[in-house]
Amino acid sequence: METFSYIKAPSVDKALASASQAKFIAGGTTFVDLMKLSVETPKALVDINLLPLDKIEKSSDGGLRIGAMVRNSDLAWNADVQKSYAALSEALLSGASPQLRNMATTGGNLLQRTRCAYFREPNAGTPGGYGCNKRTPGTGCAALEGFNRTHAILGTSEHCIATHPSDMCVAMAAFEAVIHVEGPKGKRTIAIADFHKLPGDTPNIENALEQGELITYVDLPKPVEGAKSTYLKLRDRASYEFALASAAVVARVESGHIRYVRVAMGGVGTKPWRSHEAEAALMGKPANAATFKTAAEAALSKAKPHKDNEFKVELAKRCLVRSLKTATA
Amino acid sequence: MADTIDTRMKHLRSRTPQNAKNDLAADQQSVDLEPLTEPFTSEAAGKRGFSRRSFLSGLGAAGVLAGAAPLAAAAPVLEPAAQDQGESGGTNVTLRINGKDYTLRNLDPRATLLDTLRERVYLTGTKKGCDHGQCGACTVHVNGRRVNSCLSFSVMHEGDEITTIEGIGQPGNLHAMQAAFVEHDGYQCGYCTSGQIMSAVALLKEPIGPTDEDIKSAMAGNICRCGAYTNIVAAVRQVRSRA
Repeated sequence: METFSYIKAPSVDKALASASQAKFIAGGTTFVDLMKLSVETPKALVDINLLPLDKIEKSSDGGLRIGAMVRNSDLAWNADVQKSYAALSEALLSGASPQLRNMATTGGNLLQRTRCAYFREPNAGTPGGYGCNKRTPGTGCAALEGFNRTHAILGTSEHCIATHPSDMCVAMAAFEAVIHVEGPKGKRTIAIADFHKLPGDTPNIENALEQGELITYVDLPKPVEGAKSTYLKLRDRASYEFALASAAVVARVESGHIRYVRVAMGGVGTKPWRSHEAEAALMGKPANAATFKTAAEAALSKAKPHKDNEFKVELAKRCLVRSLKTATA
Repeated sequence: MADTIDTRMKHLRSRTPQNAKNDLAADQQSVDLEPLTEPFTSEAAGKRGFSRRSFLSGLGAAGVLAGAAPLAAAAPVLEPAAQDQGESGGTNVTLRINGKDYTLRNLDPRATLLDTLRERVYLTGTKKGCDHGQCGACTVHVNGRRVNSCLSFSVMHEGDEITTIEGIGQPGNLHAMQAAFVEHDGYQCGYCTSGQIMSAVALLKEPIGPTDEDIKSAMAGNICRCGAYTNIVAAVRQVRSRA
């Protein structure tokens, strides 16, 4: 590991003032791991664990304001989250391990990086190493022809097929979270749909944050009256594993018909995958198996599998159908 | 170049539905090598001038074990932690561990909490397994909550209350969970055991459900290669029922 300078920031202002050439470190569960793999090589770290951003508060519009430093386990076990945003609690508890959830933060989870094995190789993107356009643009993508069983089938490009690994972000996409950031140019908000970037020609650019910007809060809008939410995650083993396919659904059913629905999927997309196609196929329709199947077909209609992950197309459809059934029951 | 990742991950391909009838690949274990850093139990260094620990560390410096422990201190340091003098230009950090303050001079900012506990403070009950937060062998408590000490830099922990397995109980005065692990034989080789116990002690205070399934899922962050899981669950169940 390359050495780095280290400071602990006592306030948001101090953190921002120190940030120009530095990386922020919070829980460290992704970042320290990637430093050990030489994927991240920061010259300076600004420790933000002292920042007073560790509260979960009801906002005046009836929503929930989550501090960026709230740990995943605290968010998952928060009574308001469990009551009004159940899919978020379920998604968090399905991710990682209890130890990691005690460390990992809300802001850090938004910035979680892919588990693509090529991306995580220490020498990827260097001469003699695997090609990785995310590590070094222009070096190619070893996953395209390599081991790509866990890779994405939606939102891919010819330059990158890396899956976004987060469960939390999938649930937040279904709840239409809004991310608050603060940086050299001041404060701004970013809708979660716009926060994560598709790989396109620039898979090295993963999100909308600019250099020196810090995530401060995540706002969840007021819960939809009468809606139910659920998160289903399918994976190789029952715990402590990343999703092969997952689905978060928020739905309200009146007189047997779907009057409100939000669908987001994980394990299949290059970003947390909100499916407007599925939502369009569901809105106003009777909440039954035929509708769910049509919605699943619509959600995966643009899927582009590679040699090892064709099974994800069917798996994701069935995952979504089951989630819809649970959320509308 | 040959795709070594493809070779390493081959076992997973056999698990996809279209290959469900295939046996698991013979090389399935190849990614799960035993840890090389601390294969033997050792008494705390410093008691004697020449310990198994210092001997092995010396070998590492000579290159025989080079690469096995990239973050381990290169040379044996035998003075007590309080007078410890590091070589690199690090910072001075005071860590509160098991109720005692340890001042560490010139602590390298790259030192993980795990490496500091083992190589600078000589609390070697905490084990290094994967060093990437995937096995749980390094589990300790920070401010009463279980965390992976391999994924945290020591400099980040000034002011925190750190508890290791040595602070949970000692021979003759075992924590109920330690006693239950002994009673139920919750280990075979013992390498993962301190991490298992640190997790098990922490879950007693976590809002998890009452069933064995809840115990299993709460213990999912601790891997036991010997497969003592059934006995581990029995030990945890017993302590929970008596709490």
